[in-house]
Amino acid sequence: MTDPDATPTGVTPTELSPAESTGPEQGDRTTIDVVGVRTGMFGAEGSGDTSGYNNLVSPIVMPGPSDRPYGSWFDEAADVLAEVLEDAGSSWDAAIEKVVVYRGELTLHVRREHLVEVCQALRDDQDLRFELSLGVSGVHYPGELGRELHAVYHLVSVTHSHRLRLDVAAPDADPHVPSTVSVYPTNDWHERETWDFFGIVFDGHPSLARIEMPDDWPGHPQRKDYPLGGIPVEYKGATVPPPDERRLYH
Amino acid sequence: MATSSGATSKPTATQSIVDDADVPTFDAVGGDWSDIAEEAARLGEERIVVNMGPQHPSTHGVLRLMLEIDGETVTEARAGIGYLHTGIEKNMEYRNWTQGVTFCTRMDYLAPLFQETAYCLAVEKLLGITDQIPERATVIRVMMMELNRIASHLIALGTGGNELGATTIMVNGFQAREHILKIFEMVTGLRMNHAYVRPGGVAQDIPPGTLEAVREADGQIRKALRGLEDLMLANPIFKGRLVGVGHLNLSACMALGMTGPVLRSAGLPYDVRKANPYCGYETYDFEVPTSTDADAYSRVMLRFEECYQSLRIVEQCVERLHAMGQGPVMVADKKIAWPAQLAIGSDGMGNSLDHIREIMGSSMEALIHHFKLVTEGFRVPPGQVFVSVEAPRGELGVHLVSDGGNKPYRAHFRDPSFNNLQAVSMMCEGGMLADVVVSVASLDPVLGGVDR
Repeated sequence: MTDPDATPTGVTPTELSPAESTGPEQGDRTTIDVVGVRTGMFGAEGSGDTSGYNNLVSPIVMPGPSDRPYGSWFDEAADVLAEVLEDAGSSWDAAIEKVVVYRGELTLHVRREHLVEVCQALRDDQDLRFELSLGVSGVHYPGELGRELHAVYHLVSVTHSHRLRLDVAAPDADPHVPSTVSVYPTNDWHERETWDFFGIVFDGHPSLARIEMPDDWPGHPQRKDYPLGGIPVEYKGATVPPPDERRLYH
Repeated sequence: MATSSGATSKPTATQSIVDDADVPTFDAVGGDWSDIAEEAARLGEERIVVNMGPQHPSTHGVLRLMLEIDGETVTEARAGIGYLHTGIEKNMEYRNWTQGVTFCTRMDYLAPLFQETAYCLAVEKLLGITDQIPERATVIRVMMMELNRIASHLIALGTGGNELGATTIMVNGFQAREHILKIFEMVTGLRMNHAYVRPGGVAQDIPPGTLEAVREADGQIRKALRGLEDLMLANPIFKGRLVGVGHLNLSACMALGMTGPVLRSAGLPYDVRKANPYCGYETYDFEVPTSTDADAYSRVMLRFEECYQSLRIVEQCVERLHAMGQGPVMVADKKIAWPAQLAIGSDGMGNSLDHIREIMGSSMEALIHHFKLVTEGFRVPPGQVFVSVEAPRGELGVHLVSDGGNKPYRAHFRDPSFNNLQAVSMMCEGGMLADVVVSVASLDPVLGGVDR
């Protein structure tokens, strides 16, 4: 962003530090993790705003990246993983976007190109030994531009009694994530479920067919842009609207 | 069964998953089986695919099995699911955190209290109030879960027997379960789908006389379990059908992510209650039974043994509840605790008159508070957590994401039945057609949980 016109009004380029003048990038370690913006209150539209609540704007901020020391066994595991990735010809910085420690749980945000090698390292190294996968779960953040679809992997080390989570993001325009079935065969059905509900394509999956919805179902039902559906229900003279049309509390 | 979708070709939702235009089909809906076999032989078609389910009585609900057979031998087995998908996870995103309990309890309908507890533990973890849950509520949760485990195992054993043609086993299993359902009805008001465990504690304290009823049921359940053991374990037909059937060794179990009795039958004593204790399980005295036979018979043995271990835990819970006396069963934080005291009125269970009198008569703040919490609910800080509990069928995980709102942003349940059904292929291929039923029964899938 070298063009002076692009900087905020009244601020000359010299007043900004280099990090600020380049602007926050998606996935930049220094930015807070904003996944969306909430506006208004109660979800009422089309009538006059007598309350003033409709002007409310609040960002949805997920727990941001954690700095070392992470605490517990997390630092040691991170060191080992970095070492193993190094040996495999990759590196920690290349594979791991950020580390989030929240509520005593460790989440590694992995770049999707490196997902399989991270899984392989976590499963095979004797100091990590995450031999049990508890499956894949999808999350759709339509407000997190360029990283709308997340596949979340839950791993357990029975040997060391450790648990961690891998979070992989993919843009909606290119919803591809490599399949981990070769490392964790149990993820077969879980990846099919995530494809079915979120439309994340797991490249290299042996048969990525729908699993819960009928084979000819259009759309991916658990995405946020897919409506819940439902009809108004009459009860004792009153009409109850379907759940997605009821009053919202933002 | 399905074409592989490479990196280059994007799978589409409406494409037929198998090109079957020139494959001859033989419809076996009634009629004489030998006629069909003859016709197949005449056409030189050796590949026979038998479709078992989704309405077959021995598939534990609406499970569809696609079996390719050669004579009586299964050469390929695939499970088809999704016939009971109800979109519970999606629905939970449109209800507030407390209402979520009434949805997730309906997933695995034989183990409702496990889903409720796992979900509530996840909500409490996101709220950061795990340490503030009253001791009494936690002990009640443990007691209810362990009773539920026995009830679920009794169904597993009973229906497993029924599928072999032994109706007596089923009837005895269901009768024994009735003792537990009576306690559930006494405590929660319902026999199934309780919505009893709530974020912050439980909906209400156990009514007077519960502990005596549990003690009484304890004896009856033990008697019923012994009766079932006598009926099953030494029975030569039962052993002939189960011993060595549905074999799945430890490495296969780990690769397929199996948990629960199936994993423990392969020799690994992995139990979330011991490995990653929750609800204070580390303070209870119980054992995790294992076997190394890795077959359907050993899984039956383990389920019996787990019932006895659960009874041990239930007895400890009864002692603790008896010793601690009355106390709160909901978190003290009035911004989270459900603002109602339930009582039995002339028209059934509802808000106690004392509470109504307070909010309607004396405290406007209490009325506002009640109204806000009941209509809007509480907010949960943004973030994601994963909590697991040891359900009767294995590890039940809840992945809960909050965006700071009054509703779950995403609730995903890692149901053990869903995962374990993947093992059907490995357990059945190469075995006899009749053993498929035994293998599936030894997994004990509940399709409500599989499809959610």
